[in-house]
Amino acid sequence: MHIPDGYLSPSTCAVMYAASAPCWWAALRRTRRKLFGRTLPLLSLFAAFSFVTMMFNLPLPGGTTGHAVGVGIAAIVLGPWASLLAISLALTIQALFFGDGGITTLGANCFNMAIAGSFAAWGIYRLVSLGAAAESRRRVVAAALAGYGAINFSALLAAIEFGIQPMLFHDATGAPLYAPYSLRVAIPAMMLGHLTIAGAAEAVMSAGLFSYLRRNEPALVGITGVPAAQQGIRTLWGALALVLLLTPLGIVASGAAWGEWAPKDFANAAGRAQMAAASGNAVAPAAAPSGLARLANLWTAPLPDYAPHFVKSAAFGYLLSAMFGVGLILAVAWAVGRWAGRADGE
Amino acid sequence: MSANVISKTVRGFSGALGRTLVSENSAHAKGLLQALDPRVKLVGLLALVVTAALARKLPVMAALFGLGVVLALGSRLSLWSLAKRVWLVAFAFTAMIAAPALFLTPGETVYTLGGLAITAQGMRSAMLLVARVEAAVTLSTLLVLTTPWMHLLKALRTLMVPVEVIAMLAMTHRYVVLLTETANAMFESRQSRMVGRLNGHEQRRLMVNTGGVLMSKTLEMGNEVFLAMQARGFRGEVRLLTDFRLRGWDYVAMSGFAAAVVAATMAGR
Repeated sequence: MHIPDGYLSPSTCAVMYAASAPCWWAALRRTRRKLFGRTLPLLSLFAAFSFVTMMFNLPLPGGTTGHAVGVGIAAIVLGPWASLLAISLALTIQALFFGDGGITTLGANCFNMAIAGSFAAWGIYRLVSLGAAAESRRRVVAAALAGYGAINFSALLAAIEFGIQPMLFHDATGAPLYAPYSLRVAIPAMMLGHLTIAGAAEAVMSAGLFSYLRRNEPALVGITGVPAAQQGIRTLWGALALVLLLTPLGIVASGAAWGEWAPKDFANAAGRAQMAAASGNAVAPAAAPSGLARLANLWTAPLPDYAPHFVKSAAFGYLLSAMFGVGLILAVAWAVGRWAGRADGE
Repeated sequence: MSANVISKTVRGFSGALGRTLVSENSAHAKGLLQALDPRVKLVGLLALVVTAALARKLPVMAALFGLGVVLALGSRLSLWSLAKRVWLVAFAFTAMIAAPALFLTPGETVYTLGGLAITAQGMRSAMLLVARVEAAVTLSTLLVLTTPWMHLLKALRTLMVPVEVIAMLAMTHRYVVLLTETANAMFESRQSRMVGRLNGHEQRRLMVNTGGVLMSKTLEMGNEVFLAMQARGFRGEVRLLTDFRLRGWDYVAMSGFAAAVVAATMAGR
């Protein structure tokens, strides 16, 4: 599956690099938006993990062993965009450092396994697990099929790339210059090994890891009974309601908060005494500082002192003001969320 | 049987770590290619790999392979080690793939073997494939064996690879070594506690569960690494310190690479 240098013509390699480049670019942009600064460490670490699991010898039914690329589970856990980046990184390290797969063919290898593989795996998983309960066996089958389908789709693409070489690149005598087999030979030869051994290895790895994660790290595969994010939101709503109910406690506090004095507080004796008591007996100026007096009238709050003028009960006024404030913040947050979601293409 | 699967995996890990060590040692040795600016070496050797891919004549591929051997000798690399780890492996793999082409490629029959016709075109195609792969693999291996990994990554900037990607490759490489060691330790400790044999199902469960634990550790480590990076001032932007400077010898090497590429391209069409 890791196509080495020399099997594909340089023009095929260039086309495959050109096909991969926009996918890498788009994936980088999307993951940067989703993960903020975390993109770098998380994708690097996951790529390293993929690299290491590619070395696992998986015992397969029938007594043989195989290696998995891990694209199925990467797509399920990370989503297709981050997965294609992580697998591309792992393939690049393999090619540059371990000589597994060529440098000129890196674009093709990344396109086949990382890009097409990630989208195939993600699509198959979503399709097969559609509407399945969290604990449903169908999800495990979906994960297995995602791995199996992805690796076979990747193999098919590689076989097509091999198969078109003799048609396009041969010398005057008809001798193929690169991979020598036509589509009629390349596709069955490639698919035989992948429909059996490599496909089985990928299915075992995807289903096995999925089952493990569902048991031990359910949030990672996004199928907790109540999604973790939703649980957090519920707690947040509860806490918010409690804080709203407690807002009338503000009435218990006497006097004005330090530094929140109004110009009129400077003019009356009670206000000046409070200022002096709260400021280590420092005597307050006789009149409000001119700047304070000038700027204090710049903006008149719609709900002065947390109580609309038509409400007589101070406690109810506090509650009403809190609800109004929270509502306003939620509305702004919702609008920003909508705007950000649209900018994200969702 | 059960020990075999774990042993094979552990041997694979040891092999990977061993290759990393060999590359690091040879990259820091004194030699012809090691003395070059990594950017010149990267662009020069990649150009030669592409030239090998473009070549259509066996003597040109043989000459490029020969150039690779000369550069390896000048860089004090062990030819025996190259033969064992690179040439024989590439030959065995490619020959296995190319062999059926002897019979399957249509053309003039030059020999009949057990009732199967070997064609001239089939022979030529198989030889071209093997020669091209050997030449390309030798040249790309030289790059890895004579350049420290971090220098190689920094040199990728000359190919306009984004800084962020280079930083990710550097981190991936670092954690590949760490996670390989972690996985190795997990398998070895499991093996040391194991008596008797596991059946196929149990072996599969052992492998995927180890993978699951490794993934949990990886993601946890990813978060910790991010927090550590943040604590050191990381705000999502990456800057690379590049202190490469071209010297007289690099200009000579650049001219040499360019001459080899032009000559091979002209002769290889």
